[in-house]
Amino acid sequence: MSESSTHPPLLLVRGVSKSFPGVRALDNVELTLRRGEVHALMGENGAGKSTLIKVLTGVYPHDGGTIEFDGRAISPASPRDAERAGISTVYQEVNLVPTLSVAENLCVGRFPTRGGLIRWGAARRRAETALERVGLKLRVGRQLDEYSLAIQQMVAIARALDAEAKLLILDEPTSSLDESEVDRLLELMDSLRSGGLAILFVTHFMGQVYRISDRITVLRNGAFVAESMAKDLPRFDLIGQMVGKDPEALRAREAEVRALHQKKAGGGTLARVNGLGKQGSVAPVGFEIGEGQTVGLGGLLGSGRTETARLIFGIDKADAGSLEIDGKAHRPGSPREAMALGIAMTPDDRKVNGIIPNLSVRDNIVLALQSKRGIWRRISPKAQRDLAAKYIASLNIKTSNAETPVGTLSGGNQQKVLLARWLAVNPRLFILDEPTRGIDVGAKGEIEHLVADLAEQGMSLVFISSELEEVARVSQRVVVLCDREQVGELEGEAISEHAILEMIARAGEKEEEGETGWKPVPLGDEERNERDGDG
Amino acid sequence: MAESSPMRFIPPALRPLTWPLVALGLLLLFNVIFTPGYLHIGMVEGRVSGYLVDIFRDGAAVMLLAVGMTLVIATGGVDLSVGAIMAISAVLAASMVTPEWNEANLGAWTNTLMADHIGVWIAIILLVSLIASVLAGAWNGMLVSVFKIQPIIATLVLMVAGRGIAQLICSGRIFTYDVPGLEYIGKGTLFGLPFSLFIVAGVVLATYALTRATALGLMIESVGDNDVASRCSGVPVRNIRFLVYMVSGLCAGLAGLIESTNVSSANANQLGLYFELDAIFAVVVGGTALTGGRFFLGGSIIGALLLQTLTNTMYAQEVSPEIALIPKALVILAVCLLQSPAFRRRVLGVFGAGKPSKSRAKAGGAA
Repeated sequence: MSESSTHPPLLLVRGVSKSFPGVRALDNVELTLRRGEVHALMGENGAGKSTLIKVLTGVYPHDGGTIEFDGRAISPASPRDAERAGISTVYQEVNLVPTLSVAENLCVGRFPTRGGLIRWGAARRRAETALERVGLKLRVGRQLDEYSLAIQQMVAIARALDAEAKLLILDEPTSSLDESEVDRLLELMDSLRSGGLAILFVTHFMGQVYRISDRITVLRNGAFVAESMAKDLPRFDLIGQMVGKDPEALRAREAEVRALHQKKAGGGTLARVNGLGKQGSVAPVGFEIGEGQTVGLGGLLGSGRTETARLIFGIDKADAGSLEIDGKAHRPGSPREAMALGIAMTPDDRKVNGIIPNLSVRDNIVLALQSKRGIWRRISPKAQRDLAAKYIASLNIKTSNAETPVGTLSGGNQQKVLLARWLAVNPRLFILDEPTRGIDVGAKGEIEHLVADLAEQGMSLVFISSELEEVARVSQRVVVLCDREQVGELEGEAISEHAILEMIARAGEKEEEGETGWKPVPLGDEERNERDGDG
Repeated sequence: MAESSPMRFIPPALRPLTWPLVALGLLLLFNVIFTPGYLHIGMVEGRVSGYLVDIFRDGAAVMLLAVGMTLVIATGGVDLSVGAIMAISAVLAASMVTPEWNEANLGAWTNTLMADHIGVWIAIILLVSLIASVLAGAWNGMLVSVFKIQPIIATLVLMVAGRGIAQLICSGRIFTYDVPGLEYIGKGTLFGLPFSLFIVAGVVLATYALTRATALGLMIESVGDNDVASRCSGVPVRNIRFLVYMVSGLCAGLAGLIESTNVSSANANQLGLYFELDAIFAVVVGGTALTGGRFFLGGSIIGALLLQTLTNTMYAQEVSPEIALIPKALVILAVCLLQSPAFRRRVLGVFGAGKPSKSRAKAGGAA
């Protein structure tokens, strides 16, 4: 590594910008990659990591700045273009066909042929050579999905490296791997690095970053924050860079904001989460939700925040613990059951779990209330129109009219429609999962304001956000999660972004000391299917 | 959606129906020119007769199937078994008016009942046929909603097995009968019009009321458009899926009764054969996307009428049945192309109906 840093850099990204209508996704971003190093690209959601990768691989053209690769300026026009230049990418989801053989997967699109016929012998040999490069010996005639996900991931890497790559971009390669599989993958990355390859490693998992990376570049809100040597950057500072706070300055400001939100003293207990958990999803968590209290679920992405919310709302059925409401224990098996208990939830993934895209704003707003009333007691057309008009006005939903398909609205307005859908049923407990994610700044402010109003009106809220500062600001109680486990709880005065970060960092370090290293609890495939299915 | 096109002159509620109506109009125009007396409607022995009446009478079965199929397709499914369910329902009815069958399978008392109170017996027959049809639909619904089998496969099971069941009921025989009370369903006239038309009208109105006067329509569309989000909003996704297959089964049972009583016999192998394809075509032409979501009952009915007009045109032009399928396919192709925004943009230019939308049906306005 030390010797490689004396070479000129392989990739020099300088001042690269990229705008989409209404969004500046990348603003003057810098990135420097050297041969034979693993470089971690870090940042919260929407920081611009994906956009940067897409610019590098020719999916998007960039608007400004220069990309210098291997000594000459490039601006790849397509992923093929980038591949020819020597930039190969393995995306988060394995981009292979599980039902084809390993050889077919490795050769698809570039089969050796003679007279229009595939030369299978040559294809097999080519596949074997490609696998050797990643240190794998597989029976290439076998179907890909007979091998584990880690092996599949490595086959994807072998396929990427097939094309004389100088730079390998790995976008969240470990998100669906278990611990031993992660080990294998990191070993492979290490050996590829020794071979002189530059690797850009994008991940949310900090433990892995510190195990393998030489350098770390942090992006935030589309802008370059810092580049550091991994060994010189304490974990806590890295989190601070990612979420955009000087750790030292945090404490003072937090105290002021907290005082404003402490005025609302809780009444009785509304609900008690008693060790609610699910195998492969989140380890049992427990906390209380007071009447009119806002409970924040704090943690980084993948920490188990959303999983906890899904258990409370019955989207996934818990296999341990219970949810106690009015002194009675429940374990909701479907959102319908949770709704009957007076619970509502806006999900984190609007497109999948939230909007009904081709139905109108009005239909989307009345849907939950209508479900609660049942099929036969239809809300009259007039009442529907009034309801839609009321929320379009009060939440300031920007739509040409109530009959517009909701899928055509902007993300922020879609989010408001979802909030309206649940406000219409007047829930006792409202779970807000990332209500402000991926929406523009204006709408974000409005939604934050709305949430504050709801809390003031005495609705109990469970609030989830990647922006820990936001969580700290609105919550009277914060349950801190890390690696799909509850690692602590903060209450009242003790709540601050700093305190949450400290708790997360401490939890991570503790695990590292325990020599098992970083310990993910991956979502099994079964779990994924279940999430996608209906019921 | 089409401010820059001729579509803007059409009320939003009718937009999804525009192209099938245009095609139907053209086809009628063709007939008016080439078939003498096409528009003539006369009275023959107290019943209204003419080419136009024939279209409604002959198309009754497919119209009924299209009603049930519309709901199924709106949830993102498809029901391939309706033809087979028609056969089951028809064969049950035909068997139960055959004395030997009754004696062998139900006991002699049924024949006594049939002889003494034919009205009561016919009522029982209808009840049995329709209940069997609803159960067949429920079977489909269970496979799709509880066991989450892909609809095309789940209903394929009954499409194949259903005819076997029908064969089993009648021991492979083709029963013909002479029971005016039962035959009235398919052949009778009321106020001079075919009785089957009243059945169709009743089912269409009832389904319209069922879906639009309750929240069922909204929930069906919601399930078809995004079933995961629907579940997360408390929509009883499973029950909705179950229900639409039962409705489809019921419609198929009625269609089977009409189709068989019209010819006073039931052939387990031939009755309703390939009708499921006509029904699917009617629904899709009518503006309901196969991917589910927004649905248009009126459009499906127009689609069914279009199909029947086409078939009858072939008869009127004395095109031999072997060749008739080819012009039929060509007209179907033409309607589908007219509906394709991509085709309209490329070929028709000015009729390009504005923005490229995924599907006209999905982007369409009111139901």
